[in-house]
Amino acid sequence: MTERPRLAVVGAGPAGLAGALAAAARGVDVTLVDAAGRPGGQFHRQPSPALGAPPRQGHTWERLRTGLDRHRVTHLTEHHVWCVQRDSMSFLVHALLGPAQDEGVSLRADAVLLATGGHEYVLPFPGWTLPGVITAGGAQAMLKGERVLPGRHVVVAGTGPLLLPVATGLAAAGAEVAALVESADPGAVPRRFPDLLVRPDKLAEGAGYAVRLLRHRVRILTRHTVVAAHGTDRLEAVTVAPLSPGGRSLRILCDTLAVGHGMLPGTDLAETLGCTLTGTAVRVDAEQRTDVPGAWAAGETTGIGGAALALAEGHIAGRSAAARLYGRTPDPAGWAPAARARSRLRRFFAAVDAVCAPPPGRAGSVPDDTVVCRCEEVTAGEVRTAVSTLGATDARSAKLLTRAGMGWCQGRMCGPAVAALTGCPLTPGRRPFARPVPLGVLAALPDPDAPAP
Amino acid sequence: MRPQQPAQARPDVRARQSGQARPDGTCTVTFDGRPLEARPGQTVAAALWAAGVTAWRTTRRAGRPRGVFCGIGVCFDCLVTVNGSPNQRACLVPVRPGDVIGVQEGTGRDDD
Ligand SMILES: Cc1cc2nc3c(=O)[nH]c(=O)nc-3n(C[C@H](O)[C@H](O)[C@H](O)COP(=O)(O)OP(=O)(O)OC[C@H]3O[C@@H](n4cnc5c(N)ncnc54)[C@H](O)[C@@H]3O)c2cc1C
Ligand code: FES
Repeated sequence: MTERPRLAVVGAGPAGLAGALAAAARGVDVTLVDAAGRPGGQFHRQPSPALGAPPRQGHTWERLRTGLDRHRVTHLTEHHVWCVQRDSMSFLVHALLGPAQDEGVSLRADAVLLATGGHEYVLPFPGWTLPGVITAGGAQAMLKGERVLPGRHVVVAGTGPLLLPVATGLAAAGAEVAALVESADPGAVPRRFPDLLVRPDKLAEGAGYAVRLLRHRVRILTRHTVVAAHGTDRLEAVTVAPLSPGGRSLRILCDTLAVGHGMLPGTDLAETLGCTLTGTAVRVDAEQRTDVPGAWAAGETTGIGGAALALAEGHIAGRSAAARLYGRTPDPAGWAPAARARSRLRRFFAAVDAVCAPPPGRAGSVPDDTVVCRCEEVTAGEVRTAVSTLGATDARSAKLLTRAGMGWCQGRMCGPAVAALTGCPLTPGRRPFARPVPLGVLAALPDPDAPAP
Repeated sequence: MRPQQPAQARPDVRARQSGQARPDGTCTVTFDGRPLEARPGQTVAAALWAAGVTAWRTTRRAGRPRGVFCGIGVCFDCLVTVNGSPNQRACLVPVRPGDVIGVQEGTGRDDD
């Protein structure tokens, strides 16, 4: 091959950046494609240039940012990839441009690395559609990227490791964090110590957040959950109830509820490409290869485990792709430290997951009049009727009968709740495209069989 | 505030064309006819939050107010009309000087 092989990396979060740098450093012609205007993904989200604020500090971020220039990675910002196609020779990556997303471009590559991260999910409760109720990650994103808060009096609730940095960030930004409500039972932690102690640094990080929250006088309620949000046109208060029998519910005044019950891998592009999933995550081998030849995946697309795991996986994917694009079999000894970090972090986050599972049965038991599908305004009662009287036996038929999951977000938000109400395991979305695509863009698509430009 | 106020009849295109950033980096946009101070390049959602506005859409079925939910472009709850184009995600679209931002009712189209 006289020309350098081309790798398209979709997603400029920790996984995509690490993959792009590892491949580019080994002579691959890398194009990094991301929907956002700035690199970093969720974890390294940078403040909007409009703020004139200095970029976020940090050794890892500095290394990733300068690496992009040093290795001459082409970075395409504001490119929303809606589909990745494979033909006999190569891949076509189709993207919509800019915030308007009404114009398309397609680029060719010899291999792709899918690093599109994941999104948070929230299990419904009465009042969760009120303005002022936002996802925990969304609160973090608006704070990191835009330095804005939706209110002054905040409750952070749900479950999972994301709640700690979110509550700490909000308190540090001057919000009054009235409570951190975590449904997990701290009593379940000691049983997981053997797994959690493989990364003592991560345990210490969690403890550090807890100390800072106590310093900000944030009340921490464990084994509790938000059962209702109150207000007419805006959030005014939440009711928090204990999950163990005997305790008393309490009402907390707040204008903002930052809530999250966990994260789901973003698998749309992998699915359109035909990659096999395991559960809700893209299946990869030890080299981070999917089962579609030429397609790698890394980061939260392949399972939820935080930024450090995404970095390790991205690095391995980039090195593997570089070797294979040059026709060599990679030597895993070269990435042994990353592989060690990967296995420890996977073990650590599996244990965290076991401790932080959302309270069982809650999503299935919300009152009938609670909206479940935010887009199509389908209630829990309508989904239950579809199951009990119309004979829906899975989330798919419930969706067809009620329109739950057929709106703008394509079921990304209500998927877990509809699954709980129908009593079925959550299955991947099987969306035709990762983004709504204007017809004009579809009509103007290049012919994949035409000779490469 | 309630977002059910009447939306602006037609966007004032001239307002956009005449809009310019001030030396201190701020600019003026309008939301439902009211002038708001914003920073070009920040998202429409951030500008509205900074002005104390948390709802700018009403739903098709129940006419309920909505604003930001996911903050990262996934949920489509934050749809807003900018310079006459409905269904823009406020959490993604950057502000430009003179933007005419309006509450979106239902699908944001006349045929709804
Ligand atoms: C809203 C939110 C906020 C979070 N905040 C934190 C935090 O503060 N601290 C923390 O420890 N963890 C946070 N997380 C968890 C976070 O997901 C991981 O820690 C880490 O960022 C995962 O890295 P990644 O590279 O796998 O994916 P991400 O960092 O999510 O990066 C994925 C990238 O892919 C891009 N992308 C996705 N789909 C497409 C597409 N179709 N076309 C083009 N580009 C696309 C996105 O724009 C994004 O830049 C947050 C998660 C979410 C959802
Ligand atoms: S808040 Fe979810 S798309 Fe904008």
